[in-house]
Order: sequence, then structure tokens, then C-alpha cells
Amino acid sequence: MSQKSRTIFEKIWDAHVVAQEPGAPAVLYIDLHLVHEVTSPQAFSVLKERGMKVRRPDRTVATMDHSIPTVPGGYEAADELGRLQLRQLETNCKDHGVRLYGLNSEQRGIVHVIGPEQGFTQPGMTIVCGDSHTSTHGAFGSLGFGIGTSEVGHVLATQCLLQHKPKTCEIHVDGQLRPGVTAKDIILALLAKIGAGGGTGYVLEYTGAAIRALDMEGRMTVCNMSIEGGARAGMIAPDDKTFQFIAGREFAPKGEAWDKAMAYWRTLPTDPGATYDKVVSLDAGKIEPMVTWGTNPGQGVAITAPLPDPSCVASAQERASLEKAFAYMKFTPGKPLAGEKVDVVFLGSCTNGRVGDLRAAAQLLRGRRVASGVRMLVVPGSQSVKQTAEAEGLDRIFKEAGAEWREAGCSMCIAMNGDQIAPGQLAVSTSNRNFEGRQGKGGRTVLASPLTAAAAAVTGCITDPRTLIK
Amino acid sequence: MSAPQFTKLTARCVVLPNTDVDTDQIIPARFLKVTDKLGLGEKLFCDWRYRDDGSPNPSFILNQPEAKGVQVLVAGNNFGCGSSREHAPWALVGWGFRVVISTLFADIFKGNALKNGLLPVVVEPAAHAALVAARAKDPNLPVTIDLEAQTVAWPGQDPLRFPIDPFARSCLLKGVDELGYLLGFLTNVEAYEAARV
Repeated sequence: MSQKSRTIFEKIWDAHVVAQEPGAPAVLYIDLHLVHEVTSPQAFSVLKERGMKVRRPDRTVATMDHSIPTVPGGYEAADELGRLQLRQLETNCKDHGVRLYGLNSEQRGIVHVIGPEQGFTQPGMTIVCGDSHTSTHGAFGSLGFGIGTSEVGHVLATQCLLQHKPKTCEIHVDGQLRPGVTAKDIILALLAKIGAGGGTGYVLEYTGAAIRALDMEGRMTVCNMSIEGGARAGMIAPDDKTFQFIAGREFAPKGEAWDKAMAYWRTLPTDPGATYDKVVSLDAGKIEPMVTWGTNPGQGVAITAPLPDPSCVASAQERASLEKAFAYMKFTPGKPLAGEKVDVVFLGSCTNGRVGDLRAAAQLLRGRRVASGVRMLVVPGSQSVKQTAEAEGLDRIFKEAGAEWREAGCSMCIAMNGDQIAPGQLAVSTSNRNFEGRQGKGGRTVLASPLTAAAAAVTGCITDPRTLIK
Repeated sequence: MSAPQFTKLTARCVVLPNTDVDTDQIIPARFLKVTDKLGLGEKLFCDWRYRDDGSPNPSFILNQPEAKGVQVLVAGNNFGCGSSREHAPWALVGWGFRVVISTLFADIFKGNALKNGLLPVVVEPAAHAALVAARAKDPNLPVTIDLEAQTVAWPGQDPLRFPIDPFARSCLLKGVDELGYLLGFLTNVEAYEAARV
């Protein structure tokens, strides 16, 4: 009997359904559970109340990233509540035998950076974390999605989740990116097209020549921000680039196990003839460096384009939304963002805190200075990224340019660890969210690629990076 | 273990018309250093609700006299987008909300809300606009949400059916503990694991 053509999502879903009662969600098996300090304490408390232990500590990996300061000094640098939260994670991991990349670990880092880096993230897996950017792991052809703390408790206790099967949407990105345009610009262009709620209810699969041409870091950047369109997961079929990235990493399969895994991984890509519930197409050749101007990641434009004008928008609801964003951001409708004065530049986060992101920014900064009056913060996504960058001398380029070189962490993306911008300040940030106050109460955020961020650092204003690329 | 329950509620509402209200607005990240769920209601919508000096912002809906004792939030499209923080429904419930009515909820927020007895009610844009208009005329407008019948109604509006996942509905009506339900499948989980190796 010939099997129905299936998408990669459907193959992974089908392989992980443990049970399903009529009218109830599927009991979905979880291969890898990533844990951090902020969304796990109340889940461990539930286990304690019920006298339970983590069922599969071998499938659970913890790190400290959100509330940890990025200045040297660890706990001592954190405030009292932050310290308590970090210590609580240490205690919980010790009590339950969970591997923790803790304060003194040389591999500690942002949960979505270290998963792939250590080889935990592999094609075909179901991966969850109490963090919406778990969609990052889909870059490896896995199904990764964010969950709430109640669900963190469910996975700790049972290694399973109750899930309804989402719909599928193909994001087809054909053509070739032009120089100075990056993976970040692809995802910001997509979000500008579909809006902050346009992917709700769907798992996205990114396909097409422009996606295949991205390296693994670029693919992670794209999948990472799937959630910003409301899609819980974004996926890219694994290929030789994926396998080469994983091979040899500490927790990657070795020897016979590798051959067996490869045989399975090669069956994962979507079958010819498989269909999606929805298809969205983008032409990579037409994408320009993107910047957000508003207060959600869907409010983005090409850096050369004029900002929208609320008075030209027909829908009253959309007009009100634009007006509110303009009132907060204090930008002028109808004018491009280029030239707007910048106070802070943040290079880092689970979106753009990998070594390739640092290399791209360093290349633009080499031999240049951060403009007077601008604070630039460079925060590696993990301590391993930091070590690699230092071995390549990237830290010296940043420091000589006048930027701050920090320890790994979420830093200014979440602004709950001491790194934040002041009220009214404008930051160009390589992170993923430009929500009101996201980088500090009253602060204003423009999301952009590492190249565009570096260009803003050099000129002190929002600048098309293509004008500075030698 | 006790689980949250919801059957039927008649209560007054407030309207927060903004679209795409993200969970960072519902509860800013700087309040996520707690290791329990207590006190989050006081920080709900903190940066809209309080002025820089910490005093209540009189123009924010929750600071208006008629907001006292309301249990229903009528919100704009795509409510709860962004972060997966369950602190968002904890803060809404902590303040006293039992129901949020919108035209679209972000997926993770919706799941988190249901697990905490906070009912996300999806209505069509026309019904949403009618509810906002009715509330504008009567600040004390009572809204009735009947989970058994899956309907929402207010004076001048016959009961409107709203969609909800039947499993979540049944859990809320009966107070079923989802973790308890999942634990009932442990034998299946063991068999699944054994078969995969």
C-alpha cells in the first residue's frame, strides 16, 4: 500500500503520538526538554507537591540565560530575586539529576544557542522549552515549540504533552539574497507581509532556493522568529549542511548510531506531492535590509522605504494600531527611518548571537569606531561562542571600536538582568522583539540584522549597511 | 489535585481595544524573577497602569471607578502574542479576570489561560464591535459566559456560540487536572519508549 505524501511536520508528528483518545488532544512524546531559570521554578514546585521526580532527566537539559547578568561576577552581580531564581534552578537540577550548564560552565549560554552547539538538537526530534523562541531548533528539521510553565511541569513529570495538531504553512523563499541582505532580513520581510498574528495556528516550513542557500546559523535566525508571526514552530528540512553542522558535536550520535540516525534523517524532508494548508511566497532578490519602526515585529519596512502613514489606512482598527505605535516610537509617518539618531546598539540574543553574526558585524566595524554618544553592547549567545570569537580576535575588533564585550546571556533582549536601555532611548537591536518597554521601560527598539546594527553603531544613526560595505 | 473550574459567569467588563497586546505588556519581564505565582496581579499591565512615579495612571481602564470588580476583559485582536510566559494569565487571574474576549488569541497564551481557569472567548469582529459599542453605552453592562452551552450574551444580544477545544471545555467544566490525565497514559509512554529503542 502506498503511503500518503507527508510534510516533514506530519512525519515528525506521526512518529511522536503516544496515544490519542477521541475528542482529546494527542499525547505527544518529547525527545528533548530544555529548561531555564525563569519559567521552570513553579513547574518543579508542582513535582514537589506531588512527590514526583523528573521522569527522564537524560532528556532534560538546563541552562541559566534570562536573568543572569552579562558582567563577570555571576551571582554577586545579580539582584536578590535574580540570585534566588538562579540558585533555585541549581537546587532543582541537583535534586532531580538534570544536567545544568550553570554559572561556572564554559558551555553555558542562551538555551537556543547551546542546544544546537552541544549537539542536543537533532533532526526529527520533538523539542520543547518554556520559551517561545524554541522555534529556533526547527532549523535542523526538528519540531521545536515554546510551552508555558504548566506544560513544563507536564513534560518534567511524563516526558509528554497534550497537543492539538496544528495546520501547516509553506513559506517559499525563492531567488537569491543580494549583498548586504541576510537571514534576519528574510524573516523581518516575511513578518511585515503576514503580520504579528498571521501565522497563528500554523507550523511554518521554509522552503526554496534562498533558504537552502542559508548556512545553519541563518536558518536558525529565520526559524527563531517564526513565533513573532504567531506560528509556534518553523522548520527547515535537513540537508548536508545540517548533518555537517551536527557531526562530531558532544551529544551528536557517533559510529553506528550516527549511520542509523542519518538513515532516518534522510527520510524526513517533505515528500513530493505533499500539500500544506496554506502557502506564502517571497522573492529573496527583492528583499532589502529591513528595520522595524513600530511596536511589534510585524511592523517592519525596507530601510530605504517610507514608513506607513496611518491616515492612508482604511481599517479603523489597523489605523488605531499604527497610531499607537507611532505615538510610542515618536517616528514620522511617511518618511524613511534612515538618519534617525540612535543611542544604543545591541548585538546578541538567540536570534543573532552566534559567531557568524559577530563575524558579520566585526567585519563592518573593523578599523572603524562606534560613533560618539552611542553605547554598543556585544553579547555572545554562549560562552563557547565567546571563546570562538576571542580565538578569532573578534573581541579586539569590538573593543577597539569602543563596544562593550560581555559574558553570554539574553542580556538586553529581555532586560531582566541589569542590561537595559533608559526611557526614551532608541536602540537598534539584533534581537527579536520591539514590544513597548521590551528592552527597558520607556525604551524604543528597532529590530535589524547584525550588519544594519553595526552600521548604526558606526554612524550613530539608522543607516543602510550597504553604504558601508567595502 | 484540584484543577481550575469554569461553568457560567455573569459579570461586568472593561475594554482594552489595542490590537496585538503582547505578554510583555500584560506582565513586563522584570517581574518574572519570582519563583511562585503570588502578587503578579498587582503588576498586571504595569507600564500602562502606573505612571513613572508609581501612582495609578487615571486614564488606564483598570484605574477607572467602574473597573472595580469586573471579571471580563474585552481585548483587541491577537491578544497575548509574544513570550510564552504563563505569568501573563497568572497576572490576569491574580487581578480578578475570569474571561478574556477577543477576535484572536495567540496560541501559547490561549493554552496557558485555559490551564489557569481563564476562559479565552473568540468572537467574530462584528460581535466584538457590538460588544464594545454596548459597553460604551452602559459601563455596567453585564456579560454572561456559559461554558456548558458555549455561548456569550449581553443585554440586547442573544447568546452567541463561541468555539472552544472540546477537551479543554470538558476539563474546565469538570475541574479535570490535565497532569493527572497525562499520568494516566504512563503505561503507553513506557511501551512507546520500549518500542523505539
